[in-house]
Amino acid sequence: MTGIEIEGVSRWYGNVVAVNDITMSIGPGVTGLLGPNGAGKTTLLHMMAGFLPPSRGKITVAGQPSWRNPGMFRTVALVPERDSVYAFLTGEEFVLATAKLHELPDPQGATRAAIEMVEMTGAQDRRISTYSKGMRQRIKVAAALVHDPQIVLLDEPFNGMDPRQRLQMMDLLHAEADKGRVIVFSSHILEEVERLSGTIQVIVGGRLAASGDFRAIRRLMTNRPHVFVVRSSDDRSLGAALIGSPAVRAVELTGGGLQVLASDYGSFTRQLAGLSRDHGIRLTEVLPADESLESVFTYLLAA
Amino acid sequence: MSGLINGVIVRITLRATMSRRRALLLALPAILLVGISALLTATAARSTSWPPEILGQFGFTVVLPLTALIIGTSVLGAEIEDGSIVHLLATPVRRASVIASKYAVAVALTIAFAAVPEYLAAAIAKGAGSKLAIGLLAGAVAASFLYNALFIFFSASLRPGRALAFGLCYVVLWEGLLSNLVPGVALLSMGHYGLAIANSIADDSALHAYLSTGTGIGMGIALGALCIGLGIRRLSAFTIKGDIA
Repeated sequence: MTGIEIEGVSRWYGNVVAVNDITMSIGPGVTGLLGPNGAGKTTLLHMMAGFLPPSRGKITVAGQPSWRNPGMFRTVALVPERDSVYAFLTGEEFVLATAKLHELPDPQGATRAAIEMVEMTGAQDRRISTYSKGMRQRIKVAAALVHDPQIVLLDEPFNGMDPRQRLQMMDLLHAEADKGRVIVFSSHILEEVERLSGTIQVIVGGRLAASGDFRAIRRLMTNRPHVFVVRSSDDRSLGAALIGSPAVRAVELTGGGLQVLASDYGSFTRQLAGLSRDHGIRLTEVLPADESLESVFTYLLAA
Repeated sequence: MSGLINGVIVRITLRATMSRRRALLLALPAILLVGISALLTATAARSTSWPPEILGQFGFTVVLPLTALIIGTSVLGAEIEDGSIVHLLATPVRRASVIASKYAVAVALTIAFAAVPEYLAAAIAKGAGSKLAIGLLAGAVAASFLYNALFIFFSASLRPGRALAFGLCYVVLWEGLLSNLVPGVALLSMGHYGLAIANSIADDSALHAYLSTGTGIGMGIALGALCIGLGIRRLSAFTIKGDIA
């Protein structure tokens, strides 16, 4: 068992419920925990990392209970959100100390490899107190990866990173996931999750609001019409033809083409090509306009 | 015990605790104690209080516990407060090893900054090989172990600011005031366990050691072990609170 199993987990502090009856399975690949600030994703991540017990339910990580189980960290790594590391140490000393605490057979070699992975070789001999926020994040990731963990948990890992560093970190996490690792990260930034995750878990108000590929999530929301932008050789005629279809709820002629609200995703996509061919209209572009994570997130929050 | 002590944790804790500023802060009481001893010895002060009562009361219930408080709450509390402890706890190292390693550093530093100056002060007053000097050294070393066991337990159990405040109340009210005024309170006083051990060698009634040697050693070991055991238990249940919906 290499993944994370979360069964009916809740966590409360007095009258405040931070996580409410969440059940999920997380396997190899990159999984993003997405939600607004205060949604419960960090609480959930800390429970996976064994730094918070569930008030109810069970969490197992790589087949072991997460709570009160330091041995779990032989195969698990945590990159916490808080900026604090041992600022008086150099980057190299910090990663090396972590390697030694993991009792690695070649701590110096593992340290060198981990620091190279996060492109911090040039700054490794400087004290962490002199690092920028992005550099601190990278050295924390190096310390987390030094023992080659099977499961990596990251809390808001891109905080403080510039766009280039963010892309580089995403490439790194993708590469690690491709090796079969379980990578879980939390974020409130839609673009980060959209770009990095294969699977997302949307957490809103402590509850699991949606789970899976965000495109699949969107399609499950049949109560909301799907929005498409369609460009063709004759938008007006195409619009007139589409409005007669029961799969189409509304059509708007805009400067950039047609905006179509389709009540039935499957029927509309099947009918569109035939309808345009029957009317002698050439389709030049068909784009789903609301399959971005932002629209899914907004819908889920509103719900 | 030595198998529990982790060299990496010891080195990190030493570097974290002994910043230049903190080293100066810790050195001050020690310098004060040795300075007072030198002054009183040089002026040939005659008093039944000097040196045993002053070195006993002042040394054991003020200088030593305050030094141990600063050190004992720093070795663990500072890392808990700033969150850096998470990097240590997110490794397979046993919590008992974390506590044992930090405890070892705290005891060593307290001996260096409080127990040794206590000995030096007594040595200046009575001679390096005097029963008083040797006794006070033995008692202060024992008290270093006991006070740090208590303050590490406070650090593991309370929020960092509260651990220091609680420790200060303990030192000032319990050790400094009540244990010297109310004989029954001495039975639960780390300072008086140390004094009992000191008196077993010094054999000086001016030390006001209310407890017998056996009681001091027995209670000291029992309470010290209890504090360390509870500290390990508390650290094993260390939590980071996440965001709250």
